[in-house]
Amino acid sequence: MSVLKSTAATSRDALTGAIDVVRPVPKTDRTGRLTAGIGKVLMTVLLIGFALLFMYPFAWLLAASLKPADQIFDNRLIPETLRPSNFVQVWHELPLLHWLFNSVSIALLAAGAVAVSSSLIAWGFAYFRFPGRNILFGLVLGTMMLPGSVTMIPMYLIWKQTGLLGTWVPLFGANLFGSAFYIFLQRQFFLGLPREIFEAARIDGASYWQMFWKMAMPLSIPSFIIVFLFEFQASWNNFQGALIYLNSGSVDNFTTPLGIAYAMTKYSPTAGGHGDYQYVMVASLLVTLPMLLLFSFGQRYFIEGVATQGRKG
Amino acid sequence: MTLNSTAAPPDSGTRSLTPRPRRKYNRREALAGYLFISPWIIGFLIFTAGTMIYSLVISFSHYNLATNLIRPAGLDNYKGLLEDPKVAASLGNTLFYAVLAVPLEIIVALFLASLLNHASRGAGFFRTVYYLPKMTPMVATASVFMLLLNGNTGAINRGLRLIGIHGPQWLVDPAWVKPSIVLMTLWGVSGTMVIFLAALKNVPRELYEVAALDGAGPVRKFFSITLPMISGAMFFNVIVLSIAAFQVFDQSYLLFWRDQSNAAPEASLFYAVYLFQEAFRQFNFGFAAAMAWLLFVILMVLTLIQVKVGNRFVYYEGDR
Repeated sequence: MSVLKSTAATSRDALTGAIDVVRPVPKTDRTGRLTAGIGKVLMTVLLIGFALLFMYPFAWLLAASLKPADQIFDNRLIPETLRPSNFVQVWHELPLLHWLFNSVSIALLAAGAVAVSSSLIAWGFAYFRFPGRNILFGLVLGTMMLPGSVTMIPMYLIWKQTGLLGTWVPLFGANLFGSAFYIFLQRQFFLGLPREIFEAARIDGASYWQMFWKMAMPLSIPSFIIVFLFEFQASWNNFQGALIYLNSGSVDNFTTPLGIAYAMTKYSPTAGGHGDYQYVMVASLLVTLPMLLLFSFGQRYFIEGVATQGRKG
Repeated sequence: MTLNSTAAPPDSGTRSLTPRPRRKYNRREALAGYLFISPWIIGFLIFTAGTMIYSLVISFSHYNLATNLIRPAGLDNYKGLLEDPKVAASLGNTLFYAVLAVPLEIIVALFLASLLNHASRGAGFFRTVYYLPKMTPMVATASVFMLLLNGNTGAINRGLRLIGIHGPQWLVDPAWVKPSIVLMTLWGVSGTMVIFLAALKNVPRELYEVAALDGAGPVRKFFSITLPMISGAMFFNVIVLSIAAFQVFDQSYLLFWRDQSNAAPEASLFYAVYLFQEAFRQFNFGFAAAMAWLLFVILMVLTLIQVKVGNRFVYYEGDR
């Protein structure tokens, strides 16, 4: 996708370049070149300046996670006293292993459930012709307008009445029924596939299920990955859901975000702690690293997914 | 007669070119279609339509969680919204935050996107760097900013002191509570930036070249070409950011409402936080449901106004 775009851009450059040869170029005197040079330097300075600004909290976090408690607020990016043992001690201080395990499990369930169900539903909307299809798809898009707080209380009561409070189910259960934006995204992808190959398969005796499972799904792996990664990130970062559904249970059952919030209070001097924020910093680093890794591996999927959100508007 | 003949051709022309959708559906195919979308239909009936009706019923009731009894309350909860000063206060805080955050997010995101769009070398590298904060879980962002924003020893005020500014008590002084949260939000502005960047890449370069020939400077180019050409993305970002700003929860809860030690309880009470407290700390489900519906109406009206205003300014390409 990005390769295609960049070749299109270069060919456009070549084209305008060719035109420039014919056309007199307006500003090629020395002052023009000089201002262009200054502009370039200024731009590079700005780019680097903002990069440092955006990276500073990460550097600060890394440094703080390696400091003894009383040096966190010296704000040095290279710790005066290096305390790597924080990374060992934190597992005794906080049930971090439980939290990470809970978070990974829930995120995998949430992302897997929503990616598969949204694909199924999107395929239904993309390939088949049935009465009311457009109205129903309009409803799918309409549900995106509904703020979560409207459904929050009835959802809680549904999970309470089914006896599933305190389990992981409320944190991924609704994902089994698809999610509007992901259905939209997968449907867009399916609509881009040539209909002829499916009709040919149909003539060769393929069932609708085989067409979906053996053809549409393997072909839609790029958009499937986008959905999976997006939902994995959303679930991994989900704080409010964990606060509603897991906060009243045992600390071992927390997800990592809920656990870190608990640790923020546990060590806070205003709440009776001793300011051992280095453990909060280690935990924050450990909850962030998987997301940074996920991004370094799936960067183009994330960017493509976000850009799709924009195009939808 | 002449009128008729001029009006008729395009109609009949399109009819002959594109085959009309068949009136009769293939029954097997239609059935299979319904089967494929059946998870959504079930989910919609239970988790969307069902919960909406349920929520509406609860908002007109007194709900007792312990006994699971619902007793009709008429308009009591909605009247309560008007009488409870905390509803107005939290709505005011949220509105104030939105008015501060959304324009700043738009300006910063558009500025960064333009920078990246013009960068000849390393644009990919810088895009990655700018995007990383967006990947950071809010709880990690909050725990770091809680320490960075410390009024006495935090890095931000130390940095400000270097350039001779005496920094405020960010998380204590009621006047600086919202700017603190805006600062955190701006750190993660890159999602908006990526949408702007995609729009900027789609602006045909020829337009700038023609404008340059006509003697337009960079400012003129920005307002006469860039802004109209990316108005679709602008429209989308403003709507999405406004909706998000009205529902802001994590930042405020994590920095101020985790425990009892909130130094600025009036200034940091956001609508979504108060709704959460009423629902899951007080278990006033009826009142909280009424709050949720008020939020829904506010968001609908806000979006409707934005769509109305936006349609006058947004330029859509022909293929939309």
